[in-house]
Amino acid sequence: MSTLTPAAPRKSVPGPTALNTGSRRRGKSRMDPTRNNTAAGIAAWLLALLFATPVLWMILTSFHSETDAATNPPSLAANLTLDAYKEFFGASSGVSPWPPLINSATASILSTVLVLVLAIPAAYALSIRPVKKWTDVMFFFLSTKMMPVVAAILPLYLFAKNVGALDNIWFLVLMYTSMNLPIAVWMMRSFLAEVPVEMLEAAQIDGAGLLLTLRKVVAPVAMPGIAATALICFIFSWNELLLARVLTGVMAGTAPVFLTGFVSSQGLFLAKVCAAAVVISLPVLFAGFAAQDKLVQGLSLGAVK
Amino acid sequence: MTTATARVSGPGHSASKTSKNARSRERALAWARRAPLLPALIFLIIVTQLPFVVTLIISFLNWNSLRPDQTGFAGFDNYVQVLTNADLRQAIFTTIVLTVSVVLASLVIGLGLALLLDKKFIGRGLARTLLIAPFLVVPVAAALIWKHALLNPTYGLINGILTWIWSLFGSENAPQPDLLSQAPLMAVIVSLVWQWTPFMMLILLAGLQSRPMDTVEAAQMDGASPWGIFRHLTLPHLRQYLELGGLLGAIYIVQNFDAVFTLTSGGLGTANLPYAIYQTFYFANEYGLASAAGVVVVIGTIIVATFALRTVFSLFKKEAAR
Repeated sequence: MSTLTPAAPRKSVPGPTALNTGSRRRGKSRMDPTRNNTAAGIAAWLLALLFATPVLWMILTSFHSETDAATNPPSLAANLTLDAYKEFFGASSGVSPWPPLINSATASILSTVLVLVLAIPAAYALSIRPVKKWTDVMFFFLSTKMMPVVAAILPLYLFAKNVGALDNIWFLVLMYTSMNLPIAVWMMRSFLAEVPVEMLEAAQIDGAGLLLTLRKVVAPVAMPGIAATALICFIFSWNELLLARVLTGVMAGTAPVFLTGFVSSQGLFLAKVCAAAVVISLPVLFAGFAAQDKLVQGLSLGAVK
Repeated sequence: MTTATARVSGPGHSASKTSKNARSRERALAWARRAPLLPALIFLIIVTQLPFVVTLIISFLNWNSLRPDQTGFAGFDNYVQVLTNADLRQAIFTTIVLTVSVVLASLVIGLGLALLLDKKFIGRGLARTLLIAPFLVVPVAAALIWKHALLNPTYGLINGILTWIWSLFGSENAPQPDLLSQAPLMAVIVSLVWQWTPFMMLILLAGLQSRPMDTVEAAQMDGASPWGIFRHLTLPHLRQYLELGGLLGAIYIVQNFDAVFTLTSGGLGTANLPYAIYQTFYFANEYGLASAAGVVVVIGTIIVATFALRTVFSLFKKEAAR
């Protein structure tokens, strides 16, 4: 990654130093744990709590009754109740949030599967057996991601309207696939590039066929990366609003579209909004924490390890 | 690969036939290499490039779906209107302010948090998890929480805390600002900074942890101050990570729709270009004008993207050379 790292072992005395750098590195910043670190720890914790406050407040409010949720000053110690969740699931209104939740799940999961089906072979052709000028292809993929959705949405909308694909979840699946494909190719390439060349050569010398090589050599190394890519694509699809807002309606509306129903709500509804926000964010929270180890590499398109 | 070709086209053929065979085989092999790439490429070209070409064409048309009889070629009229129409000019300005301020603020705060998290302290893992949480809330949900649970003038948490603090001092006249209508753009910016700081923090933390510690140690032994080390070693090392975070963030924030739509519904000067374009084609049915505005966004993005690509490319080159 850094310009200096590769040079470091060369500079130092040959022998055990290479092994030492790791432990020394770790040892260094923690060498004097008493100095600065208490202050840094307190500052970090205060900031972490400040950043988490809206999330924690959202969760707490979702367990309050509507009257307790809308007090000023806030009632921190009010009784906890599941009423807001019951309301969100349509206890009194009869409006079920399940259709949008299922639509979101359908669009996110199917588009993620499609992305993997298209991106894994592409990444293979960009890393393990690279085509000529593979860097140009990589940058073509990236450039499509840089084009804002708004620049293509009108023709897509008109097309969907004319072929009767408006308010159809399958059209949204295709849109989300194209939205995530460039990122997935980049992520996947960086994960596949981690497969050691020597192992591939050894497999070839041993006469292993393509499928066997993929299964025994590539898959074990690349699997965590593929999983992380899938989780990140899932998150992006689950979160998406603009395309869903324009291309879907009553039938195929997704969870974010459902949430926009609360934009101009009036009256006592705060606990219900918070419950809705919690339920709809849960899949993203789970996916995000599951991908935590590879999140940075994925989000930086493989540029940062 | 070439060895395999040579072996297959072994002896027994005339020289010219061999080379011809070899060439066609090579071509076949090259296509075999390309084959896994093609489905993804073709899919992307159809779904993203083709619609943009259509947008480009529509941008030169005078086309309002409510007045289909007046449809016709418009030349550059739509572009002139994008740059002269007060609302759209305002939207261009808002987009720039929004993007620049959110990216800079979340980079600076993210850098501070990354520097803190690089130190070892009790519960560091949990603190890191809490700091990532804002990034893992569905953007629309996050914007709703900011709008209703935090910024609402009567029962939002911020005014609630003000009431509480004032009451500690026996005062009943706590200020109760309506931040969403008094400083709407600021509210959008703050909520986006809150969501994007974790992203910057993660990238910068990865950068910090890849810092070669032996140089830092050498500097420390030579008596360099912490500030000197930060200024002359850490910051130069982080430069490419700062650029990467900033430019990836910019690509996403230029396109932001969720926060503007949810927090202010584009009112009070907060409509950015994506929101304005959405309004122009979805509600005003001005297809030509919306397309021209879309093309303007793409031109702006290309300018930013040229820098972004260069940064990504330099990181990428280093990785490829390794």
